[in-house]
Amino acid sequence: MHERRRPRRPKSPRAPGRTTKPAARVEKPAQNEQISPKKAISERSLQKGRPPSQKTKDALTSTPAAPPGILQGPATPNPVTTTAPAPAELVAPKFPTSGPVTMVQSLVRTLHESMSADPRIVVLGEDIAKNGGVFRVTEGLFDAFGETRVIDTPLNESGIIGVAIGMAMNGLRPIAEIQFADFVYPGFDQIVSELSKMRYRSGGEFTCPVIVRMPYGGGIRGGGYHSQSPEAYFVHTAGLHVYVPSTPTDARGLLRAALAGDDPVMFLEPKRNYRTIKEELPENDGAYLPPGVARTVVEGTQCTVIAWGAMVQIASEAAALANDKGMSVEVIDLRTLVPMDVDSILASVRKTGRAVIVHEAPRTCGVGAEIAALIADGAIESLEAPILRVTGFDTPFPYALEHVYLPNADRVLAAVDKAIHF
Amino acid sequence: MPVAGLPATTAAPALSREHLLLLYRWMVTIRAIDEKMLMMQRQGRIAFFGPSAGQEAAIVGSGSVARKGDWIFPALREGGILLMRGFPIARYFGQMFGNVLDTQKGRQMPMHFSSGEHKFVSLSSPIATQLPQAVGAAWASKIRREDVVTFGYIGDGGTSENDFHSAMNFAAVGKVPCLIICQNNQWAISVPFSSQTASDGVAIKAAAYGMPGIRVDGNDVLACYQATQAAFERARAGHGPTLIELVTYRRGGHSSSDDPTRYRDESKVPPWLLVDPISRFRDWLVAGRHLTDASDAAMRAEIKNTIDDAVKEAEPAATVAVDTLFTDVYGSPPATLLAQRAEVIGDGSGKAEGAFPL
Repeated sequence: MHERRRPRRPKSPRAPGRTTKPAARVEKPAQNEQISPKKAISERSLQKGRPPSQKTKDALTSTPAAPPGILQGPATPNPVTTTAPAPAELVAPKFPTSGPVTMVQSLVRTLHESMSADPRIVVLGEDIAKNGGVFRVTEGLFDAFGETRVIDTPLNESGIIGVAIGMAMNGLRPIAEIQFADFVYPGFDQIVSELSKMRYRSGGEFTCPVIVRMPYGGGIRGGGYHSQSPEAYFVHTAGLHVYVPSTPTDARGLLRAALAGDDPVMFLEPKRNYRTIKEELPENDGAYLPPGVARTVVEGTQCTVIAWGAMVQIASEAAALANDKGMSVEVIDLRTLVPMDVDSILASVRKTGRAVIVHEAPRTCGVGAEIAALIADGAIESLEAPILRVTGFDTPFPYALEHVYLPNADRVLAAVDKAIHF
Repeated sequence: MPVAGLPATTAAPALSREHLLLLYRWMVTIRAIDEKMLMMQRQGRIAFFGPSAGQEAAIVGSGSVARKGDWIFPALREGGILLMRGFPIARYFGQMFGNVLDTQKGRQMPMHFSSGEHKFVSLSSPIATQLPQAVGAAWASKIRREDVVTFGYIGDGGTSENDFHSAMNFAAVGKVPCLIICQNNQWAISVPFSSQTASDGVAIKAAAYGMPGIRVDGNDVLACYQATQAAFERARAGHGPTLIELVTYRRGGHSSSDDPTRYRDESKVPPWLLVDPISRFRDWLVAGRHLTDASDAAMRAEIKNTIDDAVKEAEPAATVAVDTLFTDVYGSPPATLLAQRAEVIGDGSGKAEGAFPL
């Protein structure tokens, strides 16, 4: 079993502390009927090729009440009583309702508002109920909506996502939390073979609007298994939307977008930005951010830097450093990788003539490679320099050398400088 | 020891003659489809087939318990249950041909049936992935307080998969109205059950998860019906899931693609396991004067005609439109996909040419 690490204190996403396992509760197992095969077979196979007993004969000839099975055909109505979950007794939310908030607070508030408005929404995952999630993104939801809608699941990612798929097919809007993106791989088959393909393979008759939330990325001294950026796997898988907000406001707008659509959404939250940026949120007007619309963070004329998630801040810092050196850099935050705002990328590159793509994930076959190909395909005539990538390296995510692995403003600046002075 | 709501009886279930004959009719129908489809596969008319021969009692006995609104998450050999739910047989064959009659628009190889209307979930080839989903559907029914039971099917090989564990654990912890039904046909393609698990059968595994497990003679349609019905009522009553092991035998190969004589020796199989569930039930029906040789022959002739007519209707149906390569991938497709679609079919007006000849 893989090791779990959690932040020692919810206030800071710095160094994850060690998990303390709760004492195992021993419960009396349910009674179990085990018919030994020999017994079951010998008793039941008595029926084979033998005339039925008088008792059976009587039973057979008496024509009992019709059984409820489907052999009776559609005439047997299904006594379905479709009722929404009982309305939650709302308690005071445990998040600021005014003033600037962090991304965590923004997500908590948006989840709370959305669950209040839509009884189909349930959240499920590990440690998300009473504990409010290891990063506190589901804080207070258990108190507000109860165990029916805020479900602490067994520690099993394949189960979490598989169960969420079934829930979504049967009318709910599940939001599954994977504790760290690094732990999504046991659920990978459910995502890649099932969640993404259900609509297509069923001819559009079954859909699974599941949102899979997961904190991703480095910069919190989380080592190899609390730091990875797996977005490329999901972008490569047809059928999934992939959202990567970089700010509290965008996290709110994109979570709402995910809830408004009916596609499965991989919702990657840059955990190093969970508490580093505070913003005043827009009103709860239900508005969402349309997916596939990039944001120009910094305007510039000489080089376009394309980033998402935590790298938006790095790119912006690099743009400021470049500005100090007399270079004009435009920074684009893609916000969503599927759908991707290719038009905005191309428009910017046509203006600047240069492109640098920044991501934390390893370089080879990272999303940057796809963006480079799209730029080459769509704006080759405008290019003044090779398309450059500033990325994590093709290594596992390190611990002690995290600062070397992760792109920083200096590395981005060096690439920008190289492009502009090519 | 009996568990509340589960049967401790060995008496045959009290079913009407009509019901008994319907069970028999579906068993015979499934076998007749097997024979027709295997022949058609050998003739190259369909690409693949996975026969159910020997497992008709397990399929019909368990599947016939489901009501119209209940969910079925099938494995490979439960296609017959879709037919029992009223799915048109010509569309069933349409799936085999992958043409416009297929609800899935020709996107899956044969045997991967699906119907939203019949709550029969599109089968996926990776093993056991459907089980956690079945548990999720049941969980949703519990949350929404619906009187709906979900039937999740799996084979004996599937019990080795992680998702079997995931599903069993979530089902029991969530106490959801789900039946986890294992057709233990002794073989996972070429690997015998003894190489799959050292456990004494599948049913016993339920104990560790905290749910009842029942082991049933899967070649006895009435036993399969009775056990499933009891577990079904138990689920409806809010007592949670049950693991049902239907011990049966795969008489043919795994599929049209393998030859079982390469890997198994049936002289070592206990004779009771090799009993044909159809002839066994037939003997019982004849002994009980529910069926005669003549009525049996008439029924079989009628079934054969129905199948032949349905194949005649399904086989010449049109192929799916090229556009369906690109539809249903997303609810909101990204522009990048729409551009790829235009590459193939132009502007979609039906006249414009794509970038290469089709």
